Amino acid sequence: MAGTTLTATDAVERRLRGGTTDWRSWLLEGALLLSLLIALGILLVLLADIVATAAPVFLERPSDFMTSPLSARPEGAGIVQGLVGSLLITLIVSLVALPIGIGAAIYLEEYARDTAINRFIRTNIRNLAGVPAIVYGLLGLAVFVTVLGMGRILLAGGLTLAVLVLPIVVITTSEALAAVPGSIREAAFGVGATRWETIRSHVIPYAAPGIFTGTILSLARAFGETAPLLLVGAIAGTFSSSGGPIEQVTSRYTTLPTIIFHWAGYPQDEFRALGAAAIAVLLAVILVVNGAAIFLRNRYDRKW
Amino acid sequence: MTVETEPKPPSIVEQSDGEGPTIRLMSSQLELDEAEGIAPAGGDQRVQMEFADDEIVFELDELSCFYGSFRAVRDISLQIPRNKISAIIGPSGCGKSTLLRSFNRMNDLVDTAHITGTIRYHGVDLYADGVDPVEVRRRIGMVFQKPNPFPKSIYDNVAFGPKVAGFKGDMDELVERSLRRAALWDDVKDKLRQPGTALSGGQQQRLCIARAIAVEPDVILMDEPCSSLDPIATLKIEELMRELKENYTIVIVTHNMQQAARVSDVTAFLTMGEDRAGYLVEMAPTQDLFTRPAHRLTEDYITGRFG
Repeated sequence: MAGTTLTATDAVERRLRGGTTDWRSWLLEGALLLSLLIALGILLVLLADIVATAAPVFLERPSDFMTSPLSARPEGAGIVQGLVGSLLITLIVSLVALPIGIGAAIYLEEYARDTAINRFIRTNIRNLAGVPAIVYGLLGLAVFVTVLGMGRILLAGGLTLAVLVLPIVVITTSEALAAVPGSIREAAFGVGATRWETIRSHVIPYAAPGIFTGTILSLARAFGETAPLLLVGAIAGTFSSSGGPIEQVTSRYTTLPTIIFHWAGYPQDEFRALGAAAIAVLLAVILVVNGAAIFLRNRYDRKW
Repeated sequence: MTVETEPKPPSIVEQSDGEGPTIRLMSSQLELDEAEGIAPAGGDQRVQMEFADDEIVFELDELSCFYGSFRAVRDISLQIPRNKISAIIGPSGCGKSTLLRSFNRMNDLVDTAHITGTIRYHGVDLYADGVDPVEVRRRIGMVFQKPNPFPKSIYDNVAFGPKVAGFKGDMDELVERSLRRAALWDDVKDKLRQPGTALSGGQQQRLCIARAIAVEPDVILMDEPCSSLDPIATLKIEELMRELKENYTIVIVTHNMQQAARVSDVTAFLTMGEDRAGYLVEMAPTQDLFTRPAHRLTEDYITGRFG
């Protein structure tokens, strides 16, 4: 039997090398990779289609398209009113939703005691973030346009979207604050800092990258939102937009997504190309905004 | 009867409360416990230390700490002497940290925490209405179990406390003095602007000590300050504690008995009752507690027979 006797080394080696191929994990890995490729593939096809459709517009009149107002003539139509409208609305959203949302989150995470009412409020904020956008449009129509009597002006649209992204701002800020280690707070309290000194000097700076990311992504959401604005008065017919910022904010308006939505419904092929071009611009702006979010996050991370 | 082998520091006055045994009656106390063979039920059998009034920094009277309805610490009465290192030892989960955190109202940060009984600090009830916990924590600093420097520069770590306390003097000088007293200055004087989190564990803990003494507190509470440090860093911190007690009253929680034996002047031993609440078994001069424990439970714990 000497031939079959294994030395200890042989036995160990056989154990270590002799594993059979793990088909199941191999299959799982393949399936996961496939999911990723499908997701990416769909996006790429969409993007390629948009770019191809939009190409004539960008090749023939790139600056004219960006700077012309809406028009019934496809060869003269542009998106400047949509760009201005979308940017102004995003500005209103950031002025209204960010302070209120971040403030609410700081209160919930740092000040509020863990009571049944507060848990109920938190749960509801999460639910509000999942409410379809069109519902916020109805709310905006009822509250801002009708009850407050603003009419279908840009300010009403901005406030409606501010309410729409408010729960998202609260949730992302809360999560960023909750991720701050308790030891940081203890350290600050331990040397005699008040609650606000602790929050201002340590908790918020620590959470800043997360807050930035969350809030800027919510602004990108507002920038691309369409449905609620259709209810609170964004239009796509031709209208004259002129005057200073105050006048802009208190008059009829349109936004980039609204223009895309309407152009997509027009029968002429030229408008399809214009719509695709507008989509490309929208995507570019959102890409820039997200890039800014990542940049800010990294910058604040590096500071320490 | 045991014989005192060396004179006690003059500040420590040992007293009998009349019927309870005194520290001098160690062996009879042991016999008593052995005869009864049970853990003490109330406070009357515990050995306590009492100090002259002007030596007392903290005086606890029947202090219990609760988290919601759970009582973590039960009916503790003891005194903490000035400019000494007082150690609190005991098994895990017996409420040592909870007790320590009640000394500077750190437990206020836990929503459900509350106490009954009183803690007097230089005669003032710390939990009385109108006592500002922020001011309490300025006077009673804390060093935590895990080094927790702010993710900021070494300088800012030390300067933060004085800044919020409204310090108007020469901040550079204060930062240097605090770092020197924490025996860290020579290690960091050339990199004050570098993040405190980049230091080694032992250095981080000394930074936390520097941060605590920068606000010129009266007391420093240390919650297992060496539990995440290697032996050499631990010895450095212990050395530092001995130097600091010249100017500060130090209370240290540790589950390292050797550490308590090495650094402390007096030691309180806590253990857990059936209700999982920690209670004080005995408090004595450290040397006595480790060489001639008055109580069976203490002896079991320090000899490793704790079950």
